[in-house]
Amino acid sequence: MRAAVVVFPGTNCEHDTVEALRAGGAQAELVWHRETDLSGFDGIVLPGGFAHGDYLRTGAVARFSPVMEEVRRFAGEGRPVLGICNGFQILCEAGLLPGALIANRDLAFICHHVEVEVIDVDTVLTAAASPGQVVRIPLNSYEGNYVDPAGSARTVMRYVSDPNGSQDRTAAVANTAGNVVGIMPHPERAMEAVLGSEDGRVLVEGFVASLERRTAGV
Amino acid sequence: MNVTVSITRRPEIADPQGITVARALHDLGHVEVTGVRIDRTIHLDVEGDDPAAVEAAVTVMCGQLLANPVLEDFFVEVHPSVVSS
Repeated sequence: MRAAVVVFPGTNCEHDTVEALRAGGAQAELVWHRETDLSGFDGIVLPGGFAHGDYLRTGAVARFSPVMEEVRRFAGEGRPVLGICNGFQILCEAGLLPGALIANRDLAFICHHVEVEVIDVDTVLTAAASPGQVVRIPLNSYEGNYVDPAGSARTVMRYVSDPNGSQDRTAAVANTAGNVVGIMPHPERAMEAVLGSEDGRVLVEGFVASLERRTAGV
Repeated sequence: MNVTVSITRRPEIADPQGITVARALHDLGHVEVTGVRIDRTIHLDVEGDDPAAVEAAVTVMCGQLLANPVLEDFFVEVHPSVVSS
């Protein structure tokens, strides 16, 4: 149950993400974006932040970091890959998830808790949740407005009320196999009631359980 | 030689910046404005003697990095007479 948490220049949520994964029962380690061999890990998390300064477009440069070859390999082999916030943007730029994230409809940086409904429980992020379950977790983004012109996205979670203009109120999407998931709000920041919400636990623990299944070869 | 790349968001994709600027222009009394789109222009200095080859190379760059094919179209314009600094 080992998760690699990738650190790009400009990533800023890596320590929260490692803490959350450990609280969920996983071994989690930081991995620099120049790493080219993640074969000792069961899954990969791309955390939030501003990878490579988000220059040009969010995730546009991060997509070419050396570690992304391993992310692509894991995705293709059905291993768990999770992108949170900026990580979601990077997975879209890399073509591992459909669609893209553009500036919020009202051009405001949004930083507050949002309610998000679980739509699809057959993914590495939502495996421990129930269909229709609503979690309250923090949204913290300027470019969180999800668009999918092809309309091919598999919607995993949906905002209860639209905060940012996202198409169909989409908050999280998956690839066809369900092993690659991108989510815009931050489950890793909602692990303890004292910090405002512990609703993120069911998502983080579901992801950790998916690492375990991988370890067990199931 | 100098190359200009214009990157435009596809018409069907919302442009929150353009919408906000259009609203501001209306507030200033310019009610005749019916639409605003804000695009990106990238200027490159590229070594090479053959404009067609330079255009082909920059087109590859657009597909790889400069434009996001999910959202954007691009237009490459080579200026052979402009010497790179």
